[in-house]
Amino acid sequence: MLDDASISALLLTLKLAFLSTSILLVVSTPFAWWLTKTKWKGKGILEAMVALPLVLPPTVLGFYLLLALGPNGPLGSVLTTLGISSLNFTFAGLVIGSVIYSMPFVVQPLQHAFSQTDKRQMDAAATLGASPLDRFFSIAIPQVKRGYLTAGVLGFAHTLGEFGVVLMIGGNIPDETRVVSIAIYDHVESMEYSQAHYLSGTLLCISFVMLLITYMSQQKVKPS
Amino acid sequence: MHPDEINQVEKTLSVDLSLKKNGFTLQAKFSAPAKGITAIFGPSGCGKTTLLRAIAGLEKNVTGSSQFGDVDWIHSDIPTHKRNVGYVFQRSHLFSHLDVRKNLLYGVKRTDVNKRRIAFDDAVSLLGVEKLIDKSVDTLSGGERQRVAIARALLSGPELLLLDEPMAALDHQSKSEILPYLEKLHQALSIPMLYVSHATDEIARLADFIVLMENGTTYKHGPLLETVADISSPLAEQANAFSILEGECDTHSEKALLTSVNVDGNSFRIPYTSLDGEGVVRLRIVAKDVSICLDRPLRTSILNVLESTIVDIKDNEEKGQAVVKLTVGRQFLLARISLYSKQQLSLAVGDKVFAQIKAVALVR
Repeated sequence: MLDDASISALLLTLKLAFLSTSILLVVSTPFAWWLTKTKWKGKGILEAMVALPLVLPPTVLGFYLLLALGPNGPLGSVLTTLGISSLNFTFAGLVIGSVIYSMPFVVQPLQHAFSQTDKRQMDAAATLGASPLDRFFSIAIPQVKRGYLTAGVLGFAHTLGEFGVVLMIGGNIPDETRVVSIAIYDHVESMEYSQAHYLSGTLLCISFVMLLITYMSQQKVKPS
Repeated sequence: MHPDEINQVEKTLSVDLSLKKNGFTLQAKFSAPAKGITAIFGPSGCGKTTLLRAIAGLEKNVTGSSQFGDVDWIHSDIPTHKRNVGYVFQRSHLFSHLDVRKNLLYGVKRTDVNKRRIAFDDAVSLLGVEKLIDKSVDTLSGGERQRVAIARALLSGPELLLLDEPMAALDHQSKSEILPYLEKLHQALSIPMLYVSHATDEIARLADFIVLMENGTTYKHGPLLETVADISSPLAEQANAFSILEGECDTHSEKALLTSVNVDGNSFRIPYTSLDGEGVVRLRIVAKDVSICLDRPLRTSILNVLESTIVDIKDNEEKGQAVVKLTVGRQFLLARISLYSKQQLSLAVGDKVFAQIKAVALVR
């Protein structure tokens, strides 16, 4: 069965995925809404930037993050003046990396969901005395529940499978940055195939079940 | 006027606004009493809905003013949710993620207790939605959805209710299901309403006051009966030009299958309808169903022939027609005849003639 090191890697991965997804859902909500509503012509630039992790090798992303978060990097130097030492090779650094790496998987489903909101129901809510913010929380968000489910699951599952970015900025510190994908790589390197099997299988099952639930739930509601 | 109302300061809605949208220009200027039902009438696509949306604050870039009581909604830049209007959309727009009860409560929760105008249970029973209350909105029929939408709007405590062709998307059956409810509203509540429609039967039945619109511009407004009988307005030129007469039920004769309605001393006989207990009834008479004779026709199948005086004539050379305005007591009747007949009979203002009315519709 899974040894202690593998279990701790698994727990660390779940913690990372959970935190990153939560941050992403909060940050992406206003961002995706704004992308849906804005008539600003430059929004394509932002959309392209968000979509970059879909096509870039994760090592490229990791490399730039490593530089940015380093003591002389733009982010790192700001953090240093705030009294925070470099985030490279820390769990916090991993969270930042994951948030960027998984962003398209959360922003895009939300943006798609928001673009389907019924403007006329929003108008009706306004005539019933709901302010813009009130309308957003009482009409728009409840009506895109499925969009949130998709965004959450994709963001979570994608963070679980992250490897390249972690390798570049996280390294391989047990209980700090040693996530499942790294642990599997290690096991294979040192010919511990059985542990690699257990971990890989666990990840495979978690990912499949999550995606299955998402797709099944969407199918069920569609005919209405 | 009822003695109680004389001392009350009459509130009015004064609109003078304009907006440009996708190459369409809306220019609206009218004032209407803030009581009863004011119809905004015009052909499809003339900007009626846009006008209503502008009054509600749902359109952007509206300039001018929209004064209701002492507040100018446009000038003071008051957003929709603070305008205290209720809006009934053509297609209901019920909240799809909420059941009927939660739809109804949405506005109630957002209205100060002292601004509420109708209790929840009263609104529910007024619109007859008791049995729908726990249903999901997508199981409702078109007519039911619209009744829920009206109740929802009333429950938000509006000072002005805006109705955008609330029956246009409904089939005939559902329409006749909704109309009585709208009439009940009119009688039971003192909430003034703006009612957008292009259907003359709805207007004839419901409205007290009318605003006429064409090509994005309002061109005439006034009390319903006078305004529709004005032969100088483009309305009288239309194929379906009509006049409305108000009268009281006289006698029934079940045997003869007739009911008689007294309009300022003139008796109109219509197919038998039980009108017991009804107060003032309205008759709608389409101008092309009225013909003119110089002598009383003696042997005719036409039930309604009345002595009348010509008060106005308007020729339409293009169509070879003329519209003639006739008196019926203190009210007016429009007749459309050919220019040829007009010349043959040498009709002129002031002449005493007989109006033969082929069809009379009892609208309420």
